[in-house]
Amino acid sequence: MPRSLAVHSLDQFLFGRAPHPVRCGHGLVIGAGSVVPEINFTLPTIDVNADSWAEVCRQYGQMMDTVLARAVHLSVPALLVEFETVPPMTHNPDWGFEITGILAERCLRAHEKHGIAVALRVTPNDTREFNRPPLLRRGEHWEQMLRFFEGAGKAGADLLAIESTGGKEVCDDALVNADLRQVVFALGVLGARDMRFLWEHIVSRCRAGGVVPSGDTACGFANTAMTLADKGMIPKVFAAMVRVISVPRSLVAYEAGAIGPSKDCAYEGPYMKAIAGVPISMEGRTASCAHFSPLGNIAQAVCDCWSNESVANVRLLSGYAPEVSMEQLAYDCRLTNTALADSDAGARTLRDWLAVSDAVHDPQAYVLRPDVVLEIAGDLMEADTPYERTRRAARKTWSVLRDAAADGTLRLDSRETRWLERLGPAADALPDSESELFESILSELPEGSFLPAEYGL
Amino acid sequence: MNQNIPEKWKSLYDAVLEGNAAAATAAVDAAIEANESPQTLVDEYMIPAMDDVGEKFEQNEYFVPELLISARAMKAALTKIQPLLTASGSQPKGRVALGTVKGDLHDIGKNLVAAMLEGGGFEVIDLGVDVDPDKFIDTARASKVDIIAMSALLTTTMPSMKTTIEALKAAGVRDGLKIMIGGAPITQEFADEIGADAYGDNASTAVSIARSLVAS
Repeated sequence: MPRSLAVHSLDQFLFGRAPHPVRCGHGLVIGAGSVVPEINFTLPTIDVNADSWAEVCRQYGQMMDTVLARAVHLSVPALLVEFETVPPMTHNPDWGFEITGILAERCLRAHEKHGIAVALRVTPNDTREFNRPPLLRRGEHWEQMLRFFEGAGKAGADLLAIESTGGKEVCDDALVNADLRQVVFALGVLGARDMRFLWEHIVSRCRAGGVVPSGDTACGFANTAMTLADKGMIPKVFAAMVRVISVPRSLVAYEAGAIGPSKDCAYEGPYMKAIAGVPISMEGRTASCAHFSPLGNIAQAVCDCWSNESVANVRLLSGYAPEVSMEQLAYDCRLTNTALADSDAGARTLRDWLAVSDAVHDPQAYVLRPDVVLEIAGDLMEADTPYERTRRAARKTWSVLRDAAADGTLRLDSRETRWLERLGPAADALPDSESELFESILSELPEGSFLPAEYGL
Repeated sequence: MNQNIPEKWKSLYDAVLEGNAAAATAAVDAAIEANESPQTLVDEYMIPAMDDVGEKFEQNEYFVPELLISARAMKAALTKIQPLLTASGSQPKGRVALGTVKGDLHDIGKNLVAAMLEGGGFEVIDLGVDVDPDKFIDTARASKVDIIAMSALLTTTMPSMKTTIEALKAAGVRDGLKIMIGGAPITQEFADEIGADAYGDNASTAVSIARSLVAS
């Protein structure tokens, strides 16, 4: 990865435009001048098994039909559909392929009949963590995942993504203990090493199968931190640091050949776009059907796809929830695309309103401010390895938050301020090298909490 | 905050409250040396300290890391006291088997509940994640648990809670125990619908719920 950023200036850092657009599916181009809605949906409460399978298939077909009908109704010109499997569909790839086929057939029909540029992104589960501690490079779960990667294209997937979890077995405890050192180890060492291994496999399968290797997310790490912070369980300043600490790990996917768009729940996406130039998918207020976030507007500021995260297929007054999400996404994208069509100055104004309206209220929003992203991204890319970048991310983010709190551009209450003061020395104390951190941390973690060999350690 | 802590071993209460494991074990050593009743140490100093820590969390004064530091201090002190409690025939507040249900791997909430229950004086049998109903049944039978606690984070694994309760009924062990459930998509209504005895929406309240279940 070159040391200079792919996005050279704040003026260039806009929604809908990425340095390296992605072509996929049926005439869809992402990051080439417009924001594309990315719709995602999931089953209502149902036990997925052989007995319920016919109903599961019916549900997916119905969700896709209602979504496409709403998209056609609103003259949506371009659409990305994401199918995130549930674990039984990765355990049994044939099930995942069957649903993929149901959705892909409808995407093709919508393209042919209505002219919608459309693509289907398929995201199998990272089921390797069903083993505790996880077996990341061998075993039944890994074999099933490989089979999924290999067969997804034939089943109808246009893009492949994953929410990988290597290092999560260490990160979970580190998060609830607000242990910065262990989080850095989990993400900057374990996570980055697993991403390298995993994404080299994904990219080779995608290339063989004619599928776009799109991207990953630190959802299991930084979004877990965000959720814990939202519930008042851990400090928001810590969660904000975790978000940026996750950047070098997520970046590994693009170093290994992924080309975007990043996963919608990867709120670290703006950093991916700034550094690697890939288009990114983001979710904000449109994802409140799935989870709370303090990033409702700012998440949209530099997005290329705009997503609803996921919504269960339940009936609302105006229709089923997926079609409601489709409508919300369609209107949001109309607005951003109108701004882009008007002028660069207009688009920048909208971008800045989206950013400013959130940034002051929460440190997790603040670190997504486009100018802050460029500042921190530039700093961490001064380093060469994922660990060194992760360490820089921790230190730089801490100093950025400290300065913002001091000058009032970020509001923190006394409890958050107390924790910010604690985290500075912890960031400064991070050792110089990955090996030094690894050696020292082995004695801190419960024996058997992770398997070093699964990370090539 | 608890204003009625006896001065005699208040250093133990303070140590647990502040999450100072070394000070907590030192205080326990001193108290035992002075022939203090181990049960008194637990009931009058340690559990009130954990209750106050929980209250600080509920009042948004503490974050979970601070809660866990206190829980670890409590556990360190309990490790010293437990052999004496056992020798005196004293029983834990209750025995809880908990796990994340079949098909679900999310365990942050489950682990927090385990830590808080241990801090609250309960004996905890952690069955881990992706727990098959049979494992709950086997544990209920073999370990004579008072409470089965189940966690789920996915709408698609919520039905496993109902499946497990039905399996416990079919195995004839449901009547002898209480069932509490929790997790992001879980609600009181869902708990009522599947026949659970209680629902908790965070780790801190899990302790008071478990106490009331054992007492009922």
